[in-house]
Amino acid sequence: MSAVPSPVSPVSPVSPSGPAPASLGPAVSVRGLTKRFGPRVVVNGFSLDVARGEIHGFLGPNGSGKTTTLRMLCGLLHPDGGQGTCLGHDIVKDSWAIKRQVGYMTQRFSLYEDLTIRENLEFVARLHALPDRRQRVAQALDRLGLAGRRTQLAGTLSGGWKQRLALAACILHNPKLLLLDEPTAGVDPKARREFWNEIHQLAADGMTVLVSTHYMDEAERCHRIAYMAYGHLLAQGTVDEVVAASGLSTWHVEGAGATLNRLALALEGRPGVAMVAPFGATLHVSGPDGPALDQAVFQYQDQPGLAWRRDHPTLEDAFIHLMARAPDSGQGPQGKGGVS
Amino acid sequence: MTGPRFSFARLVAVLIKEFIQMKRDRLTFAMMIGIPVMQLLLFGFAINTDPKHLPTAVLAGDNSPFSRAIVSALQTSGYFRITTRTDDPATLERLLAGGVVQFAVEIPSTFAHDLRRGDRPALLVMADATDPAATGNALGALPRIVDDALAPLLEGALAARAPRPGAVEVRIQRRYNPEALSQNNVVPGLVGTILTMTMIIMTSLAVTRERERGTMETLLAMPVRPTEVMLGKLAPFILVGGLQVAVILLAARVLFDVPMIGSPLVLALGLVVFITANLAVGFLFSTLAHNQLQAMQMSFFFFLPSILMSGFMFPFRGMPDWAQVLGEVLPLTHFLRIVRGVMLKGNGLPEVWPDLWPLMAFLLAVSVIAVKRYRQTLD
Repeated sequence: MSAVPSPVSPVSPVSPSGPAPASLGPAVSVRGLTKRFGPRVVVNGFSLDVARGEIHGFLGPNGSGKTTTLRMLCGLLHPDGGQGTCLGHDIVKDSWAIKRQVGYMTQRFSLYEDLTIRENLEFVARLHALPDRRQRVAQALDRLGLAGRRTQLAGTLSGGWKQRLALAACILHNPKLLLLDEPTAGVDPKARREFWNEIHQLAADGMTVLVSTHYMDEAERCHRIAYMAYGHLLAQGTVDEVVAASGLSTWHVEGAGATLNRLALALEGRPGVAMVAPFGATLHVSGPDGPALDQAVFQYQDQPGLAWRRDHPTLEDAFIHLMARAPDSGQGPQGKGGVS
Repeated sequence: MTGPRFSFARLVAVLIKEFIQMKRDRLTFAMMIGIPVMQLLLFGFAINTDPKHLPTAVLAGDNSPFSRAIVSALQTSGYFRITTRTDDPATLERLLAGGVVQFAVEIPSTFAHDLRRGDRPALLVMADATDPAATGNALGALPRIVDDALAPLLEGALAARAPRPGAVEVRIQRRYNPEALSQNNVVPGLVGTILTMTMIIMTSLAVTRERERGTMETLLAMPVRPTEVMLGKLAPFILVGGLQVAVILLAARVLFDVPMIGSPLVLALGLVVFITANLAVGFLFSTLAHNQLQAMQMSFFFFLPSILMSGFMFPFRGMPDWAQVLGEVLPLTHFLRIVRGVMLKGNGLPEVWPDLWPLMAFLLAVSVIAVKRYRQTLD
């Protein structure tokens, strides 16, 4: 997990043939975005910049407002406050221009289950008024390995194939920006890996990608990440930067299950200990204040059968800590299931 | 083979869950209570199979006490309401064809003269019999009304004529449907009824389905305008509607022997406007409903008054005024007049126009609301 493949700099490896010159400004730039559903503020003063050509991860717990934010970026929802641009177009006034240049992949499969793969792609191609429709569809089928199944009804596809079809549909018009909403939820690891290889290939060709996910390994494949909770942006940067910014100190403790369970119970809630989380045979004990944490665990470090090791917090440790510390604005995550 | 015993507690668990869900689905709940109440009030008061006060035009060729007595007796019988008096026979024809009056009564100029001489003059009563049910009772009562009206006047010097029933020959012409065949009325009406039912249900489900299956999100994220979606979704159903019409009209001809006197082109014009109006209603419902069940409920909510209050099942003129005003709003009411007028009366565009423009106005109004309601965002 510690081998972070992403470049620290937001300047991504744009290939020379890439169609996105840096002079065009950021792909996404929004300030103070706010969205309410009735009395609930789902997105609250959210600001974000995504540079062209980068793969930007978008993380946060369920109901944190990620989907709502993505929908506001592509013109599916009107923001109640704030402003910003997507590919240089105003997200409120120019949603038509944005729709032509953005590919949006919904969280839930939302193509027509009673059309075949090819019919779905042709429909999308026609809506975008693509001049060389047949060729584009054939290319997309080949690129995502769908050619052999092109006459299969979309409704009969398994999750992994549906996800490929959805990706094929949203890159058909060669968008400059891809908005992917938890594209790999419920997809097996192999398909997930292939999907991410495809994403990197698209980014290398000059596409900007903003992708929401719950998977830490996916977050670590992004150039930069943003972490959102309860409608607020809590952290942004490279994985290393986000982990460092959390200010966490962490001990990893290895030992037998029963011993670890007892230790976890004993440490829980002690001053200086913010989080105690088991990861298999390892217990992660973290706190924002290093010396206070050391003091809290000191008396347990001599216990037999336990191996203590000072370590970097993982991205997950950092996120859980950020979430626990976040201003909850009075509503727990479970109360917001409707808008995830 | 003994399964678990019936458990009252588990039954209660299911019951509680069902009641909670019923309470949550406000629209369904409101419809379950509201529809019966509304229908009871609406149809209980509105439907009347013995229509009275039917509009009648009179051409009184003489101004004798006899003709005045007859006209006044028609009025007081309750069946006839004299709306027009004219001296021109052509006007009577025009009013009948246009459906403005149900009856046209013509009293010949020699009426009083012939009556005094005992020549048994003819009283000509022309009925718009496209809907036999609307005219049946009134025509049945007619000879009696006329005899009773004349009886007092035929006393004294003319008493000799009095005992003989039928001092006047009441000559009844059942126009447009001389044999009073109800199928001539029902089968053209079915064209409208079937179209109303299928067109509204199919379109109301069309958009709701997109929302329910989640495909709306993809559709909205792509560059396509609401009018493009609306027209694209409605056009196929115009074809389907055309097919239905062809089948019904063929059956009308082959199985039911219903005449087709007027111009098929005029009928086609009426059909296109009517079908489109229904599609627009369906589209509007689909923008209001949250799921396909609600869309179905709304369709039925519209369909029931359409068949009961349009003049399809019961004579339109049998309903009280307020119900007739409601009925005038329904597209089926106007279409029934168009289709019956064209097929049975041979009406052309001028006669059809008074019912064609309300259809067009309805179509325009509903389309505007529907396109406004169709949201380009998920808000």
